[in-house]
Amino acid sequence: MCLAVPGKILDIYEINGLLMGKIDFGGVIREVCLTYVPEAKVGDYTIIHVGFALNLIDEKEAMETLALLDEISKQDLSE
Amino acid sequence: MKYISEYRDAHRVQTVIDEITRTVSQPWVIMEICGGQTHSILKYGLEQILPKELELVHGPGCPVCVTSLEMIDKALAIAAQPDVIFTSYGDMLRVPGSDGDLFTVRASGADIRVVYSSLDAVKIAQENPEKQVVFFAIGFETTAPANAMSVIHAQKLGLNNFSLLVSHVRVPPAMHAILGSPDNRVQGFLAAGHVCTVMGYWEYSPIAEKYKVPIVVTGFEPLDILQGISFVVKQLEKGSYEVENAYSRVVSYEGNQPAQKIISQVFEDCDQKWRGIGNIPMSGWQLKPEFKSYDAADRFHVQRIKPTESPLCIAGQILQGLNKPFDCSAFANQCTPEHPLGATMVSSEGACAAYYRYGRST
Repeated sequence: MCLAVPGKILDIYEINGLLMGKIDFGGVIREVCLTYVPEAKVGDYTIIHVGFALNLIDEKEAMETLALLDEISKQDLSE
Repeated sequence: MKYISEYRDAHRVQTVIDEITRTVSQPWVIMEICGGQTHSILKYGLEQILPKELELVHGPGCPVCVTSLEMIDKALAIAAQPDVIFTSYGDMLRVPGSDGDLFTVRASGADIRVVYSSLDAVKIAQENPEKQVVFFAIGFETTAPANAMSVIHAQKLGLNNFSLLVSHVRVPPAMHAILGSPDNRVQGFLAAGHVCTVMGYWEYSPIAEKYKVPIVVTGFEPLDILQGISFVVKQLEKGSYEVENAYSRVVSYEGNQPAQKIISQVFEDCDQKWRGIGNIPMSGWQLKPEFKSYDAADRFHVQRIKPTESPLCIAGQILQGLNKPFDCSAFANQCTPEHPLGATMVSSEGACAAYYRYGRST
Protein backbone atom coordinates (compact mmCIF):
# COMPACT_ATOMS: atom_id res chain seq x y z
CA MET A 1 0.00 0.00 0.00
CA CYS A 2 2.73 2.47 0.88
CA LEU A 3 4.73 1.58 -2.20
CA ALA A 4 5.41 4.72 -4.12
CA VAL A 5 7.21 4.77 -7.45
CA PRO A 6 9.52 7.29 -9.10
CA GLY A 7 8.41 9.01 -12.29
CA LYS A 8 9.52 11.91 -14.48
CA ILE A 9 7.35 15.01 -14.81
CA LEU A 10 6.45 15.66 -18.48
CA ASP A 11 3.89 18.43 -18.12
CA ILE A 12 2.38 20.64 -15.39
CA TYR A 13 -1.08 22.28 -15.51
CA GLU A 14 -4.08 23.16 -13.35
CA ILE A 15 -7.54 21.55 -13.22
CA ASN A 16 -10.31 22.86 -10.91
CA GLY A 17 -7.72 24.67 -8.81
CA LEU A 18 -5.52 21.56 -8.36
CA LEU A 19 -1.95 21.45 -9.62
CA MET A 20 -1.76 18.37 -11.86
CA GLY A 21 0.86 16.83 -14.11
CA LYS A 22 1.63 14.10 -16.62
CA ILE A 23 4.18 11.64 -15.29
CA ASP A 24 6.26 9.09 -17.18
CA PHE A 25 6.73 5.85 -15.22
CA GLY A 26 9.29 4.20 -17.49
CA GLY A 27 7.00 4.42 -20.53
CA VAL A 28 3.58 4.40 -18.86
CA ILE A 29 2.08 7.91 -18.71
CA ARG A 30 -0.39 8.88 -15.96
CA GLU A 31 -1.98 12.03 -14.63
CA VAL A 32 -1.15 12.76 -10.99
CA CYS A 33 -1.77 15.56 -8.50
CA LEU A 34 1.25 17.84 -7.87
CA THR A 35 -0.36 20.03 -5.19
CA TYR A 36 2.11 18.86 -2.52
CA VAL A 37 5.18 19.65 -4.64
CA PRO A 38 4.45 23.24 -5.77
CA GLU A 39 8.16 23.72 -6.58
CA ALA A 40 8.09 20.93 -9.22
CA LYS A 41 9.44 21.65 -12.71
CA VAL A 42 9.11 19.68 -15.96
CA GLY A 43 11.96 17.15 -16.04
CA ASP A 44 12.08 16.64 -12.25
CA TYR A 45 11.74 13.14 -10.83
CA THR A 46 9.09 12.62 -8.17
CA ILE A 47 7.78 9.86 -5.89
CA ILE A 48 4.11 9.05 -6.56
CA HIS A 49 1.66 7.32 -4.23
CA VAL A 50 -2.08 6.81 -4.93
CA GLY A 51 -2.08 9.53 -7.57
CA PHE A 52 -0.20 12.16 -5.56
CA ALA A 53 3.41 13.30 -5.78
CA LEU A 54 4.80 13.05 -2.23
CA ASN A 55 8.17 14.64 -2.87
CA LEU A 56 10.79 15.44 -5.49
CA ILE A 57 13.82 13.15 -5.70
CA ASP A 58 17.03 14.89 -4.63
CA GLU A 59 19.51 14.04 -7.38
CA LYS A 60 22.51 15.31 -5.41
CA GLU A 61 21.69 13.03 -2.42
CA ALA A 62 21.14 10.09 -4.77
CA MET A 63 24.49 10.60 -6.50
CA GLU A 64 26.37 10.99 -3.20
CA THR A 65 25.00 7.71 -1.81
CA LEU A 66 25.93 5.77 -4.93
CA ALA A 67 29.36 7.39 -5.18
CA LEU A 68 30.09 6.46 -1.56
CA LEU A 69 29.14 2.85 -2.20
CA ASP A 70 31.26 2.65 -5.32
CA GLU A 71 34.16 4.08 -3.32
CA ILE A 72 33.80 1.34 -0.65
CA SER A 73 33.61 -1.27 -3.39
CA LYS A 74 36.87 0.05 -4.99
CA GLN A 75 38.63 -0.11 -1.61
CA ASP A 76 37.44 -3.71 -1.15
CA LEU A 77 38.87 -4.69 -4.51
CA SER A 78 42.25 -3.09 -3.78
CA GLU A 79 42.56 -4.79 -0.35
CA MET B 1 14.31 3.42 -15.32
CA LYS B 2 16.33 6.06 -13.47
CA TYR B 3 16.23 5.76 -9.66
CA ILE B 4 15.24 2.08 -9.87
CA SER B 5 17.89 0.11 -11.76
CA GLU B 6 20.84 1.61 -9.82
CA TYR B 7 19.25 0.35 -6.60
CA ARG B 8 18.93 -3.22 -7.89
CA ASP B 9 22.54 -3.43 -9.04
CA ALA B 10 24.00 -6.80 -7.97
CA HIS B 11 27.55 -5.48 -7.55
CA ARG B 12 26.50 -2.70 -5.19
CA VAL B 13 24.21 -5.07 -3.29
CA GLN B 14 27.18 -7.40 -2.74
CA THR B 15 29.28 -4.47 -1.45
CA VAL B 16 26.71 -3.73 1.26
CA ILE B 17 26.23 -7.42 2.14
CA ASP B 18 30.03 -7.71 2.60
CA GLU B 19 30.01 -4.63 4.80
CA ILE B 20 27.19 -6.01 6.98
CA THR B 21 28.95 -9.38 7.26
CA ARG B 22 32.17 -7.67 8.40
CA THR B 23 30.26 -5.66 11.03
CA VAL B 24 28.07 -8.33 12.66
CA SER B 25 29.51 -10.12 15.69
CA GLN B 26 26.39 -11.41 17.49
CA PRO B 27 22.66 -12.11 16.91
CA TRP B 28 20.30 -9.16 16.39
CA VAL B 29 16.55 -8.88 15.71
CA ILE B 30 15.56 -6.08 13.33
CA MET B 31 12.01 -5.16 12.35
CA GLU B 32 10.99 -3.56 9.08
CA ILE B 33 7.79 -1.65 9.78
CA CYS B 34 6.44 -1.48 6.28
CA GLY B 35 4.73 -4.30 4.38
CA GLY B 36 6.21 -2.98 1.13
CA GLN B 37 9.67 -3.62 2.57
CA THR B 38 8.64 -7.12 3.76
CA HIS B 39 7.58 -7.84 0.20
CA SER B 40 10.91 -6.58 -1.24
CA ILE B 41 12.93 -8.59 1.31
CA LEU B 42 11.20 -11.85 0.35
CA LYS B 43 11.02 -11.10 -3.37
CA TYR B 44 14.77 -10.54 -3.60
CA GLY B 45 15.59 -13.20 -0.98
CA LEU B 46 17.51 -10.64 1.09
CA GLU B 47 16.93 -12.50 4.36
CA GLN B 48 18.67 -15.52 2.82
CA ILE B 49 21.84 -13.68 1.83
CA LEU B 50 22.29 -11.81 5.11
CA PRO B 51 24.56 -13.25 7.83
CA LYS B 52 22.71 -15.85 9.89
CA GLU B 53 23.09 -13.74 13.04
CA LEU B 54 20.51 -11.28 11.71
CA GLU B 55 16.81 -12.06 12.07
CA LEU B 56 14.32 -9.87 10.25
CA VAL B 57 10.82 -9.72 11.75
CA HIS B 58 7.93 -8.13 9.93
CA GLY B 59 5.99 -5.22 11.32
CA PRO B 60 2.39 -4.02 11.21
CA GLY B 61 2.88 -1.58 8.32
CA CYS B 62 0.27 -3.00 6.00
CA PRO B 63 -2.86 -0.86 6.22
CA VAL B 64 -4.97 -3.46 4.45
CA CYS B 65 -3.96 -5.97 7.14
CA VAL B 66 -4.54 -3.78 10.19
CA THR B 67 -7.82 -2.13 9.20
CA SER B 68 -10.13 -3.40 11.93
CA LEU B 69 -12.68 -6.10 11.22
CA GLU B 70 -15.33 -3.76 12.57
CA MET B 71 -14.39 -1.19 9.92
CA ILE B 72 -14.53 -3.84 7.16
CA ASP B 73 -17.99 -4.83 8.37
CA LYS B 74 -19.05 -1.16 8.27
CA ALA B 75 -17.77 -0.95 4.70
CA LEU B 76 -19.76 -4.04 3.74
CA ALA B 77 -22.93 -2.60 5.35
CA ILE B 78 -22.56 0.79 3.60
CA ALA B 79 -21.65 -0.71 0.23
CA ALA B 80 -24.77 -2.92 0.31
CA GLN B 81 -27.12 0.07 0.61
CA PRO B 82 -29.12 1.17 -2.44
CA ASP B 83 -28.07 4.38 -4.24
CA VAL B 84 -24.50 4.05 -2.91
CA ILE B 85 -21.41 3.87 -5.07
CA PHE B 86 -18.68 2.49 -2.80
CA THR B 87 -15.13 3.26 -3.94
CA SER B 88 -11.92 1.77 -2.62
CA TYR B 89 -8.28 1.03 -3.33
CA GLY B 90 -8.28 -2.40 -4.98
CA ASP B 91 -6.53 -4.27 -2.14
CA MET B 92 -9.50 -3.84 0.20
CA LEU B 93 -12.03 -5.78 -1.89
CA ARG B 94 -10.83 -9.23 -0.84
CA VAL B 95 -10.32 -8.51 2.86
CA PRO B 96 -12.58 -10.90 4.78
CA GLY B 97 -15.20 -9.31 7.03
CA SER B 98 -17.29 -11.25 9.53
CA ASP B 99 -19.52 -12.39 6.69
CA GLY B 100 -17.99 -12.13 3.22
CA ASP B 101 -15.95 -9.38 1.56
CA LEU B 102 -16.62 -6.44 -0.77
CA PHE B 103 -16.47 -8.78 -3.77
CA THR B 104 -19.33 -10.83 -2.24
CA VAL B 105 -21.37 -7.64 -1.79
CA ARG B 106 -20.61 -6.60 -5.36
CA ALA B 107 -21.72 -10.02 -6.62
CA SER B 108 -25.08 -9.41 -4.92
CA GLY B 109 -25.55 -6.29 -7.05
CA ALA B 110 -23.88 -3.47 -5.11
CA ASP B 111 -22.04 -0.76 -7.07
CA ILE B 112 -18.45 -1.10 -5.80
CA ARG B 113 -15.65 0.47 -7.82
CA VAL B 114 -11.87 0.29 -7.54
CA VAL B 115 -10.15 3.65 -7.85
CA TYR B 116 -6.48 4.51 -8.23
CA SER B 117 -6.76 7.75 -6.26
CA SER B 118 -9.22 9.41 -3.88
CA LEU B 119 -9.62 12.17 -6.48
CA ASP B 120 -11.12 9.58 -8.85
CA ALA B 121 -13.81 8.99 -6.21
CA VAL B 122 -14.53 12.74 -6.09
CA LYS B 123 -14.91 12.71 -9.88
CA ILE B 124 -17.39 9.82 -9.65
CA ALA B 125 -19.41 11.89 -7.14
CA GLN B 126 -19.41 14.84 -9.57
CA GLU B 127 -20.65 12.62 -12.39
CA ASN B 128 -23.34 10.88 -10.31
CA PRO B 129 -25.19 13.60 -8.36
CA GLU B 130 -28.16 11.28 -7.70
CA LYS B 131 -25.94 8.73 -5.88
CA GLN B 132 -24.06 8.81 -2.58
CA VAL B 133 -20.37 8.17 -3.27
CA VAL B 134 -18.33 6.77 -0.39
CA PHE B 135 -14.54 6.40 -0.44
CA PHE B 136 -12.86 3.88 1.88
CA ALA B 137 -10.09 6.12 3.27
CA ILE B 138 -7.67 3.65 4.78
CA GLY B 139 -3.94 3.87 5.14
CA PHE B 140 -0.92 5.12 7.02
CA GLU B 141 0.53 8.65 6.87
CA THR B 142 1.52 7.98 3.25
CA THR B 143 -2.08 7.89 2.03
CA ALA B 144 -3.37 10.66 4.30
CA PRO B 145 -2.38 13.59 2.02
CA ALA B 146 -4.47 12.10 -0.81
CA ASN B 147 -7.42 11.26 1.44
CA ALA B 148 -7.37 14.69 3.11
CA MET B 149 -7.23 16.46 -0.26
CA SER B 150 -10.32 14.58 -1.48
CA VAL B 151 -12.37 16.19 1.33
CA ILE B 152 -10.96 19.66 0.66
CA HIS B 153 -11.60 19.26 -3.05
CA ALA B 154 -15.17 17.91 -2.58
CA GLN B 155 -15.88 20.86 -0.31
CA LYS B 156 -14.52 23.31 -2.89
CA LEU B 157 -16.71 21.72 -5.57
CA GLY B 158 -19.76 21.97 -3.26
CA LEU B 159 -20.45 18.22 -3.41
CA ASN B 160 -22.89 16.94 -0.79
CA ASN B 161 -22.98 13.37 -2.10
CA PHE B 162 -19.35 12.51 -1.20
CA SER B 163 -18.11 11.04 2.08
CA LEU B 164 -15.18 9.09 3.53
CA LEU B 165 -15.20 5.93 5.63
CA VAL B 166 -12.02 6.80 7.52
CA SER B 167 -9.68 4.23 9.04
CA HIS B 168 -6.30 5.88 9.32
CA VAL B 169 -3.36 4.51 11.29
CA ARG B 170 -0.02 6.03 12.27
CA VAL B 171 3.41 4.44 12.61
CA PRO B 172 4.96 6.04 15.74
CA PRO B 173 2.21 4.88 18.19
CA ALA B 174 2.50 1.34 16.78
CA MET B 175 6.26 1.39 17.43
CA HIS B 176 5.56 2.48 21.01
CA ALA B 177 3.10 -0.43 21.38
CA ILE B 178 5.59 -2.99 20.02
CA LEU B 179 8.59 -1.74 22.01
CA GLY B 180 6.56 -1.30 25.20
CA SER B 181 5.26 -4.88 25.12
CA PRO B 182 6.85 -7.29 27.67
CA ASP B 183 7.22 -9.83 24.82
CA ASN B 184 9.14 -7.45 22.58
CA ARG B 185 12.13 -8.92 20.70
CA VAL B 186 12.87 -6.01 18.37
CA GLN B 187 16.31 -4.40 18.85
CA GLY B 188 16.41 -2.10 15.83
CA PHE B 189 13.96 -0.64 13.33
CA LEU B 190 13.85 0.13 9.65
CA ALA B 191 11.42 3.06 9.54
CA ALA B 192 9.01 3.21 6.60
CA GLY B 193 10.50 5.42 3.90
CA HIS B 194 7.32 6.72 2.35
CA VAL B 195 5.61 7.45 5.65
CA CYS B 196 8.69 9.57 6.43
CA THR B 197 8.52 11.20 2.98
CA VAL B 198 5.28 12.79 4.17
CA MET B 199 5.95 13.19 7.92
CA GLY B 200 9.74 13.55 8.08
CA TYR B 201 11.52 11.71 10.89
CA TRP B 202 11.44 14.20 13.75
CA GLU B 203 8.83 12.03 15.55
CA TYR B 204 11.25 9.11 15.97
CA SER B 205 13.99 10.58 18.19
CA PRO B 206 11.93 10.30 21.42
CA ILE B 207 11.19 6.62 20.57
CA ALA B 208 14.86 5.79 19.89
CA GLU B 209 15.80 7.56 23.12
CA LYS B 210 13.11 6.00 25.32
CA TYR B 211 13.58 2.36 24.24
CA LYS B 212 17.28 2.66 23.29
CA VAL B 213 16.76 1.26 19.78
CA PRO B 214 18.37 2.53 16.57
CA ILE B 215 15.82 3.64 13.97
CA VAL B 216 16.87 4.07 10.33
CA VAL B 217 14.64 5.59 7.65
CA THR B 218 14.80 3.08 4.80
CA GLY B 219 13.67 2.87 1.16
CA PHE B 220 12.24 -0.02 -0.82
CA GLU B 221 14.71 -1.23 -3.42
CA PRO B 222 17.11 -4.07 -2.44
CA LEU B 223 20.05 -1.71 -2.07
CA ASP B 224 17.97 0.71 0.03
CA ILE B 225 16.89 -2.04 2.41
CA LEU B 226 20.38 -3.44 2.81
CA GLN B 227 21.75 0.04 3.50
CA GLY B 228 19.08 0.53 6.17
CA ILE B 229 20.09 -2.80 7.74
CA SER B 230 23.76 -1.87 7.51
CA PHE B 231 23.15 1.42 9.37
CA VAL B 232 21.11 -0.37 12.08
CA VAL B 233 23.72 -3.12 12.54
CA LYS B 234 26.57 -0.61 12.86
CA GLN B 235 24.64 1.18 15.61
CA LEU B 236 23.70 -2.07 17.41
CA GLU B 237 27.31 -3.22 17.42
CA LYS B 238 28.44 0.16 18.79
CA GLY B 239 25.62 0.32 21.34
CA SER B 240 24.24 3.58 19.95
CA TYR B 241 20.56 4.33 19.36
CA GLU B 242 20.10 7.24 16.99
CA VAL B 243 17.70 8.10 14.22
CA GLU B 244 19.43 8.03 10.82
CA ASN B 245 18.28 8.48 7.25
CA ALA B 246 19.30 5.88 4.65
CA TYR B 247 16.78 7.20 2.09
CA SER B 248 17.96 10.77 1.77
CA ARG B 249 17.21 11.12 -1.94
CA VAL B 250 13.50 11.12 -1.00
CA VAL B 251 13.14 11.83 2.73
CA SER B 252 13.96 15.04 4.58
CA TYR B 253 13.97 15.60 8.35
CA GLU B 254 10.91 17.89 8.19
CA GLY B 255 8.96 15.86 5.61
CA ASN B 256 6.49 17.42 3.19
CA GLN B 257 5.21 20.59 4.85
CA PRO B 258 2.27 21.35 2.52
CA ALA B 259 1.04 17.75 2.96
CA GLN B 260 1.35 17.89 6.78
CA LYS B 261 -0.57 21.17 6.76
CA ILE B 262 -3.55 19.70 4.87
CA ILE B 263 -3.51 16.55 7.05
CA SER B 264 -3.71 18.62 10.24
CA GLN B 265 -6.43 20.80 8.68
CA VAL B 266 -8.67 17.77 8.00
CA PHE B 267 -7.73 15.08 10.54
CA GLU B 268 -7.16 14.86 14.30
CA ASP B 269 -5.62 12.12 16.48
CA CYS B 270 -7.92 9.40 17.84
CA ASP B 271 -7.68 5.96 19.46
CA GLN B 272 -7.66 3.27 16.81
CA LYS B 273 -8.32 -0.47 16.73
CA TRP B 274 -5.73 -2.48 14.78
CA ARG B 275 -6.85 -5.80 13.40
CA GLY B 276 -5.18 -8.63 15.30
CA ILE B 277 -3.49 -6.25 17.75
CA GLY B 278 -6.32 -4.36 19.43
CA ASN B 279 -6.70 -0.77 20.54
CA ILE B 280 -3.60 1.47 20.41
CA PRO B 281 -4.14 4.86 22.09
CA MET B 282 -4.01 7.89 19.78
CA SER B 283 -2.76 5.76 16.90
CA GLY B 284 -5.26 6.89 14.28
CA TRP B 285 -6.70 9.90 12.55
CA GLN B 286 -10.37 10.83 12.26
CA LEU B 287 -12.11 13.73 10.54
CA LYS B 288 -12.11 16.93 12.58
CA PRO B 289 -15.53 18.18 13.78
CA GLU B 290 -15.70 20.79 11.00
CA PHE B 291 -15.45 17.99 8.40
CA LYS B 292 -17.81 15.55 10.19
CA SER B 293 -20.46 16.06 7.50
CA TYR B 294 -18.10 14.08 5.21
CA ASP B 295 -17.97 11.10 7.61
CA ALA B 296 -19.67 8.07 6.02
CA ALA B 297 -19.92 6.24 9.37
CA ASP B 298 -22.20 9.06 10.62
CA ARG B 299 -24.06 9.54 7.36
CA PHE B 300 -25.05 5.87 7.08
CA HIS B 301 -25.64 5.03 10.77
CA VAL B 302 -23.67 1.80 10.89
CA GLN B 303 -22.32 2.14 14.41
CA ARG B 304 -23.62 -1.10 15.95
CA ILE B 305 -21.44 -3.81 14.43
CA LYS B 306 -20.37 -6.98 16.28
CA PRO B 307 -17.48 -8.52 14.37
CA THR B 308 -16.32 -12.14 14.62
CA GLU B 309 -12.74 -13.12 13.68
CA SER B 310 -11.52 -16.55 12.55
CA PRO B 311 -10.26 -18.38 15.68
CA LEU B 312 -7.38 -19.96 13.71
CA CYS B 313 -5.72 -16.74 12.51
CA ILE B 314 -2.60 -15.53 14.39
CA ALA B 315 -2.14 -12.36 12.31
CA GLY B 316 -1.87 -10.29 15.50
CA GLN B 317 1.28 -12.09 16.67
CA ILE B 318 2.76 -11.92 13.18
CA LEU B 319 2.13 -8.17 12.91
CA GLN B 320 3.98 -7.61 16.19
CA GLY B 321 6.99 -9.70 15.14
CA LEU B 322 6.24 -12.44 17.73
CA ASN B 323 5.58 -15.22 15.21
CA LYS B 324 6.37 -16.02 11.58
CA PRO B 325 3.62 -16.99 9.11
CA PHE B 326 4.74 -20.64 9.03
CA ASP B 327 4.11 -20.87 12.81
CA CYS B 328 0.36 -20.74 12.05
CA SER B 329 -1.45 -24.08 11.77
CA ALA B 330 -3.70 -22.72 9.02
CA PHE B 331 -0.87 -21.27 6.87
CA ALA B 332 -0.94 -22.58 3.28
CA ASN B 333 -3.66 -25.11 3.99
CA GLN B 334 -6.93 -23.62 5.32
CA CYS B 335 -5.54 -20.13 4.68
CA THR B 336 -4.26 -19.19 1.21
CA PRO B 337 -4.43 -16.00 -0.90
CA GLU B 338 -7.46 -17.50 -2.69
CA HIS B 339 -9.23 -18.24 0.63
CA PRO B 340 -7.67 -15.95 3.25
CA LEU B 341 -8.73 -16.29 6.89
CA GLY B 342 -6.98 -13.12 7.94
CA ALA B 343 -5.84 -9.91 6.34
CA THR B 344 -2.10 -10.70 6.38
CA MET B 345 -2.86 -13.30 3.71
CA VAL B 346 -4.99 -10.92 1.62
CA SER B 347 -2.82 -7.97 0.87
CA SER B 348 0.13 -8.55 -1.42
CA GLU B 349 2.14 -6.73 1.26
CA GLY B 350 0.89 -8.88 4.12
CA ALA B 351 3.62 -11.06 5.62
CA CYS B 352 1.60 -14.30 5.14
CA ALA B 353 0.89 -13.55 1.47
CA ALA B 354 4.57 -12.72 0.86
CA TYR B 355 5.73 -15.96 2.57
CA TYR B 356 3.17 -17.94 0.58
CA ARG B 357 4.05 -16.31 -2.74
CA TYR B 358 7.80 -16.71 -2.35
CA GLY B 359 7.64 -20.24 -0.95
CA ARG B 360 8.92 -19.65 2.60
CA SER B 361 7.20 -22.56 4.31
CA THR B 362 9.77 -23.22 7.07
